[in-house]
Amino acid sequence: MYVAVKGGERAIENAHRLLAEERRGDPAVPELTLAQIDQQLAHAVDRVMTEGSLYDRELAALAVKQARGDLIEAIFLLRAYRTTLPRFGASEPVDTGEMVVRRRISATFKDIPGGQVLGPTFDYTHRLLDFTLAAEGAPVAAAEEAEQSVAAMPRVTDILGRDGLFEAETAEDDAPVGDVTRDPLEFPADRDLRLQVLARGDEGFLLALGYSTQRGYGNNHPFAGEIRLGEVDVEFVPEELGFPVELGEVTVTECQMVNQFKGSATMPPQFTRGYGLTFGHCERKAMSMALVDRALRARELGEEAAAPAQDEEFVLAHADNVQATGFVEHLKLPHYVDFQAELVMVRAMRDAAEQDNSRKVAAE
Amino acid sequence: MTLATTGAIGSAFADPVLDAQRTFRVALEALARPGRLVESPSLNEAGWTIGPAAASLCLSLVDHDTPVWLDAAAADAAAALRFHCGCPIVTDAGAAQFAVIGDGTALGPLIRFTVGTDAYPDRSATLIVEVGELREGGPLRLRGPGIETEHRLTVEGLPDGFWRAWRENVDRFPEGVDMFLTCGARLCGLPRTTIVEG
Amino acid sequence: MTSDETTAAFGAEHVAGYNFAYLDEQTKRMIRRAILKAIAIPGYQVPFGSREMPLPYGWGTGGIQVTASVIGPDDVLKVIDQGADDTTNAVSIRAFFAKTTGVATTERTAEATLIQTRHRIPETPLREGQVLIYQVPIPEPLRWLEPRESETRKMHALAEYGVMQVSLYEDIARYGRIAKAYNYPVRVHARYITSPSPIPKFDNPKMDRNPAIQLFGAGRERRIYAIPPYTAVESLDFDDYPFTVEQWPESCALCGATDSFLDEIVTNDKGGRMFICSDTDYCAGRRAENGEETAA
Repeated sequence: MYVAVKGGERAIENAHRLLAEERRGDPAVPELTLAQIDQQLAHAVDRVMTEGSLYDRELAALAVKQARGDLIEAIFLLRAYRTTLPRFGASEPVDTGEMVVRRRISATFKDIPGGQVLGPTFDYTHRLLDFTLAAEGAPVAAAEEAEQSVAAMPRVTDILGRDGLFEAETAEDDAPVGDVTRDPLEFPADRDLRLQVLARGDEGFLLALGYSTQRGYGNNHPFAGEIRLGEVDVEFVPEELGFPVELGEVTVTECQMVNQFKGSATMPPQFTRGYGLTFGHCERKAMSMALVDRALRARELGEEAAAPAQDEEFVLAHADNVQATGFVEHLKLPHYVDFQAELVMVRAMRDAAEQDNSRKVAAE
Repeated sequence: MTLATTGAIGSAFADPVLDAQRTFRVALEALARPGRLVESPSLNEAGWTIGPAAASLCLSLVDHDTPVWLDAAAADAAAALRFHCGCPIVTDAGAAQFAVIGDGTALGPLIRFTVGTDAYPDRSATLIVEVGELREGGPLRLRGPGIETEHRLTVEGLPDGFWRAWRENVDRFPEGVDMFLTCGARLCGLPRTTIVEG
Repeated sequence: MTSDETTAAFGAEHVAGYNFAYLDEQTKRMIRRAILKAIAIPGYQVPFGSREMPLPYGWGTGGIQVTASVIGPDDVLKVIDQGADDTTNAVSIRAFFAKTTGVATTERTAEATLIQTRHRIPETPLREGQVLIYQVPIPEPLRWLEPRESETRKMHALAEYGVMQVSLYEDIARYGRIAKAYNYPVRVHARYITSPSPIPKFDNPKMDRNPAIQLFGAGRERRIYAIPPYTAVESLDFDDYPFTVEQWPESCALCGATDSFLDEIVTNDKGGRMFICSDTDYCAGRRAENGEETAA
């Protein structure tokens, strides 16, 4: 007797075994360690931490390994772990002005207090495959120790702000920040929630949207005011102590886009901010986020909002790659009941159309 | 955490996870089948100044995300609720997501409590009201979702004119408040969709 | 400290390190409150703080969260996808709950107290004491007519459903019928237009005045809604174009049923096909009955 796709349980078990086998690959090749992934695939770890909303290099490295290098799958793994963790509260805002800077560039001024620090970047590499990397154990020439001076690196936007040329953005009160992982979004969404969604959002999606704003779909007139990479302290105020204690430091990338603004009834002409922040070194993501953040401020700044990147519901509802991949990939699940219902209807409609035609032919 | 009052406070569920689940299922049945009496799972009553059904509902549904308002008769339960549920106790009835009314006869106007908005009618209060008598059968005729034809109920210990006010609550649909009537360990649900006559 | 921070002791049946039914107690409370409001406002979509689950969005995370918040040790769970208990996703979800709760599972509709479903309502009539939990991909019935949440929320608030009427009427003008085969919109308790989830419209009449509690969970879209027992659920139609359901010229090739939803099985590439019940339990039950009759 013909029986449709059955024996699901055994099929699933087998698939899991096959997957484990494929993940390991040829046992003659040494297995990757988490330390290797952390150290040598650091950008993958950074991205997984950022979009997974969990700062833990070891767990992110584990997720990358378990996902066989599929970063969206790794982000999913990390998110599913994160959701089981208790939430103790919100940290104090990190102060990127106090960052121990490893990279810091501004496209708006040739020189700035503290100077430009190129740091570790692909930017001026020639993209030629380096075959010496293919040979294992090639020694790396030591870089010159960068001169680091914390106090002497004010943020470029703060410098502009002193002249009133840059909008002052301060939190209006001590209202608690929202949490998109706890409460469903409502539209219009406040900036804190928008930034959270963007920070967790898919790098590729934000990159494309940011790019679209540069091609006329909601132009922001952006300048990369400053991009900085480095370590910042994270502080938390335990309820019972009432004063902040340091939890540790995290590596972040911050991008502040400086955008022209012609002014409105309530605001003089000045520059406005588009803001991007990521865990680790995710510069492309931070820049894209800053472009999209600024685009989403169109309504608040009284600008016409017609382009996709300015459309809050569109952007926020589709930025999350864990949601997106789940729903796109759910098309793999059986839909044969719905399809059967459609078949029955299409056949009935075809029959009706045929009868119609033959009646017409007969009438002629 | 420090306790605002001294003296005994009621104890929590013996099994916090499974007793909360059982109580929720009872509450779900109650609200889904209005007027039908159900029994809340057993709770050590010692130290509780509100009835066991009311206390169980609080233990299973209330936490620091849900502001709770207490009437005078239920006020002594504040310490226990704060301790076990971590819920804020509010003095403004309109700010409460849950209200525990220890004495149904003193239940003031329903309109004191938040009824939600037309866009978000779910953002409305749930009232837990202790009444003197709760019996299947009797003069009240209940109709609406959850009831096959009609359900008969006896309730004593609500203020005069209450059912007129309830009718206004029903007519406000989809906005409105929802209630659990409790009497010791027994309870029944009264969602905003239930029309009560008689 | 709240009481739920104490982890209760469980039997050896389910997985260590996670709470009963996976979700933490605070999440369950939040979902339970949403379910109660959903029951009180039939057909209205209650926003809830959907959590990230260890299964992908779009694969039943809403239904799983609802089931996890409702399920207890005394429950008997049935999980179906496309009407069948043995499809891979149904197997996977059933295994998830077996592992995290240790509750009894069944394939028999009549024995189940909780039934989580994707795309079907069982053929065997449900009864009081049962809860049917639907996995919902897009909870908003107006979404294909108006993509903006801010707009659809207004339409629901004002019960302003003209756009839906127009859409159905356009179908009639163009095709001579309402060309919706599944996810056919309903009106619940004469108020909210509601998505029945992508069940075939064949199943719509089963929702009306059903004695069981019907709960709907949409995880990705973060909505829960409900239809209490014995609640009027009306499939949208027009007086001159009344709602009708699918009919098959064939009967089930396995059990001979003429009253169930049939799946079409392509048996070869020469146009050969057969039809069998999509509800595997219903079909097996009928075959067992027939067998007994033959034996007698």
